[in-house]
Amino acid sequence: MESSIFGFIFKHSRRQQVFLLLLTLVSFPFLYASLDLPKTIINEAVGGGVSFPRALFGIQSLQLEQIDYLMTLCGIFLGLVLINGGFKYWINVYKGQMGERMLRRLRYILFARILRFPLPQFRKTSQGELIAMITAEVEPLGGFIGDAIATPAFQGGTLLTILGFIMIQDPFLGVASIALYPVQMILIPRLQRRVNLLGKERVKAVRKLSEQIGEVVSGIQEVRANDTSEFERARFARQVGAIFEIRYLIYRKKFFIKFLNNFIAQVTPFLFYSVGGYLVITGDLTFGALVAVLAAYKDLASPWKELLSWYQTKEDARIKYEQLVDQFHPAGMIEEDRQDHRLDPVPHLEGAVVATNLSLEEDGGIKVVDGATFRFDSRSAVAITGPAGAGKAGMARLLARLLVPTGGNLRIGDAVLPDLPEPVTGRRMAYVGQSIQLFNGTVRDNLVYGLKHRPGPSAERDGDDRAAFERYVVEAQASGNTESDPDSDWVDYDGAGVPGPTDLADRLVHLLGVVGMDGDIYALGLQGSIDPERYPDLCARVLEARTRLRERMEGSDLAKTVEPFERTRYNDNMTVAENLLFGTPIGDAFMQDRMADNTYVRQVLHDTGLEEVFLQTGLQVASIMLELFQDLPPDHEFFDRYSFVSADDLPEVQAVVRRAESLGGVRQLESLDRRVLMSLPFKLIPARHRLGLLDDDLKARILEARRRFAEGLPAEFAGAVAFYDQDSYNAAASVQDNILFGRLVYGRQQGHAQVNAVIAQVVDDLDLRRTLMEAGLDFQVGIGGARLSNGQRQRLGLARALLKRPDMLVVDQALAALDPVSQTAVLDRVFDESAGRGIVWVLGQAEMMDRFDTALVMEGGKISRSGPARDVAGDLSGVAAD
Amino acid sequence: MDFGDTVKVLRAIPMFAKLDPSKLKLVAFASAHLTFDDGEALFFEGDPSDGVYLIDEGTVNICVDSNGSEITVGSLTNRELFGEMAIFRNEPRSATIRASGSVKVLRIDGDMFLRVVTEYPETALEVMRILSEKIAKSMVSERTLQDRVQDLENQLGGGI
Repeated sequence: MESSIFGFIFKHSRRQQVFLLLLTLVSFPFLYASLDLPKTIINEAVGGGVSFPRALFGIQSLQLEQIDYLMTLCGIFLGLVLINGGFKYWINVYKGQMGERMLRRLRYILFARILRFPLPQFRKTSQGELIAMITAEVEPLGGFIGDAIATPAFQGGTLLTILGFIMIQDPFLGVASIALYPVQMILIPRLQRRVNLLGKERVKAVRKLSEQIGEVVSGIQEVRANDTSEFERARFARQVGAIFEIRYLIYRKKFFIKFLNNFIAQVTPFLFYSVGGYLVITGDLTFGALVAVLAAYKDLASPWKELLSWYQTKEDARIKYEQLVDQFHPAGMIEEDRQDHRLDPVPHLEGAVVATNLSLEEDGGIKVVDGATFRFDSRSAVAITGPAGAGKAGMARLLARLLVPTGGNLRIGDAVLPDLPEPVTGRRMAYVGQSIQLFNGTVRDNLVYGLKHRPGPSAERDGDDRAAFERYVVEAQASGNTESDPDSDWVDYDGAGVPGPTDLADRLVHLLGVVGMDGDIYALGLQGSIDPERYPDLCARVLEARTRLRERMEGSDLAKTVEPFERTRYNDNMTVAENLLFGTPIGDAFMQDRMADNTYVRQVLHDTGLEEVFLQTGLQVASIMLELFQDLPPDHEFFDRYSFVSADDLPEVQAVVRRAESLGGVRQLESLDRRVLMSLPFKLIPARHRLGLLDDDLKARILEARRRFAEGLPAEFAGAVAFYDQDSYNAAASVQDNILFGRLVYGRQQGHAQVNAVIAQVVDDLDLRRTLMEAGLDFQVGIGGARLSNGQRQRLGLARALLKRPDMLVVDQALAALDPVSQTAVLDRVFDESAGRGIVWVLGQAEMMDRFDTALVMEGGKISRSGPARDVAGDLSGVAAD
Repeated sequence: MDFGDTVKVLRAIPMFAKLDPSKLKLVAFASAHLTFDDGEALFFEGDPSDGVYLIDEGTVNICVDSNGSEITVGSLTNRELFGEMAIFRNEPRSATIRASGSVKVLRIDGDMFLRVVTEYPETALEVMRILSEKIAKSMVSERTLQDRVQDLENQLGGGI
């Protein structure tokens, strides 16, 4: 990275800058002509004293009468205005494009450098800072780069031209007009230097601010749990206060500079008037010349101002750039060519892992690993153990080449491990640490993440997409970005040992079994939905499963546990809203809370004569809710769990009930109050609430409303509900609900597990399990995998590592979230899976050590004992027994 | 059994006798009415405790594990409350409860139960009284159990 912004500009945009300069120069004559032409129009075409016909621009063949002459000149003037505008537009667009490309390049370079930072650097640099630098801080640089050369050239040129004009008029006045420039040129940079220092401080303060915001966002649980919000507010206020102080100072100094400039600009005319006037009086200068010089001086002020402001922007940009360079030059960065993804072929790791006097020293001189010497076969199973703080984790990261040793040697076979390029370590080794980072996407995306080393064949595009992509590539080249197609198939099928996508899915399912997560993924698949258009066959089989489940349940005790959906029967185990809808709502229109607002629903209720009944029932529900909940404190959890009315809405409901009472019923209530009451009965589930508010007559009328609702559904709501239909798949509902096609009965909770078991059986009978697992693989894990448990994340992390079939798998207590029995089971399956390949496993306890070939025991960063795992395990348990 | 009946049934339970009507109704509203067939378990010994039961109709047997086989040590019937001890002590179920014939019960969520009986002073004293009664009763039943085991051992010993 170039150390100064001009170095950066020259290296990456030299040609464009020169072109821009030429463009600016070419535009000058036109600009000059457009300024000069009005004079000709006024003096020659309009003013008197000229005889017509007259030759245009002295071309004798073009003799024109006065009117024609005027019109022709005006036409030319209009043309010049257009040309000037065109030049300006072209130059601006060109500048903008160049600036944006450079901005894109700079961001890309910075990001690419982050990817090469040594890991310890991330302990010193916060995420918030890095984000602020790459997003906000570089932004003004793009604008400056466009102006970097062209602006001073243009304004400087203008300035010199005018100055030359003044000099020709009178050298003495010429000197007078620039007499104070040296003062400005000495004073302003000095003042500017102070502004620059403040600017640096401002950048630092803003970074601190982003750091704090980032910290609070990721630690929001701690803030809430410890009631430290006021403390955080105070900290934040101090940060923004500091920024305010700096900015205020900057403003004061900036405006002082401005004041000084303006003052000096006004002082010069004072010289003209006094000195010039004196010269005119003494007869040393003509009056006309003085006026001309004064006019010219006026024109001089503008470019000079522009130059000064450019200077200030330049200083600002220079500092920002220098600060960026400073931050993005940490010691120990990985060399660029070591991340070159094109390395081919990627050699395997073979031979013995040999460490001699291996050391890892942290900042501040703490020796994490201190002179370790050992040797083991890279294809064997090695356990590393020892007390907390013994340096096991550091050792694991050294072996996985995530950290570079600060002393000693580490070799695998003939290769020096720290010198191996990343394509080798990244593909031939896998590392699973204690905290697993998952990326926002599906389970599948996260599993194959470890295989996305280089782009595969470009994605197929046609027509407009193709043209757009070609443009994308051209622009990427122009900004020095990678041309790799992010949409191509990046998966390294070879690395996973499979011929293609279909087999990869088999492999994923197999590995989920190895890490013991197949059941979870199956459950996620069952809870998820599938797209009938993509998988018509699958949906047909789910319908088959529905039929089979029904057959199994018929006549058995299970029939009591499920109340099936039947179009002509009221279902006591679902809400009134669901009974009316008899389908799954899609989108907001028919969500339970919105039913009472929906005009079509209101229409149907009105037509079936249910409106008044609903109001009455609503009033009853409201009264019960008031009685049950009005004494509870508003934040009581029972509101969430049991109440139809939230604590916030309770006072409103109370007011409505009171009004209904005073009006002697619901009939005369206003429409807003009616709406409040109307919304309540929709939430009733007869089997659960047992309020006795729904009698058979009412249920029959709701069934009638259900029929009308479906029959008269207007076109605008056609896509807002997926009706339950015995013979078709409901795309809006989960697979499980599709198979069940009914509701679990509230009074039969003991049967729910059995029903699930029968569903699982039916799924197996129909060979649906595997397909549902694939649906489970499409489950979105959320940001950072937040929708999965800690244990699930760890299991996925391990599966991700196993998928690339590494020559050496390094695991650092990566199953700590699991119970000991599961840990042992997973470990055993991982051993089977990795037969013939190397495993280095950091164990919290020595318990599972007998499965390994070699054991290294660490203490205080040193290897205190090493040897065949069985012997070491025996010794350790002996020690423990003592 | 609808809401109104539930309230009446709960009112008859000594522990709830002095409870404010609106609180009692809240308990009734939040409770579940469950049906079990003959032989079905309401819960098993060792299960986590999350609810209190009140028999609405029918009889249940209290069963405990004895060397791998289940033996019945007692029974409960209409309007009797059970399962509250485990909730108070926050411990797993100490016995398995099985329906003897068709049984209908009210199940009150453990959280709800604990809150209602502890948050309101009017119930607290009643709870203490009932608890001490239960302890006394359970001591008696334990003795009965021991006697039975002794009897069985004696029988077996005699057979050999």
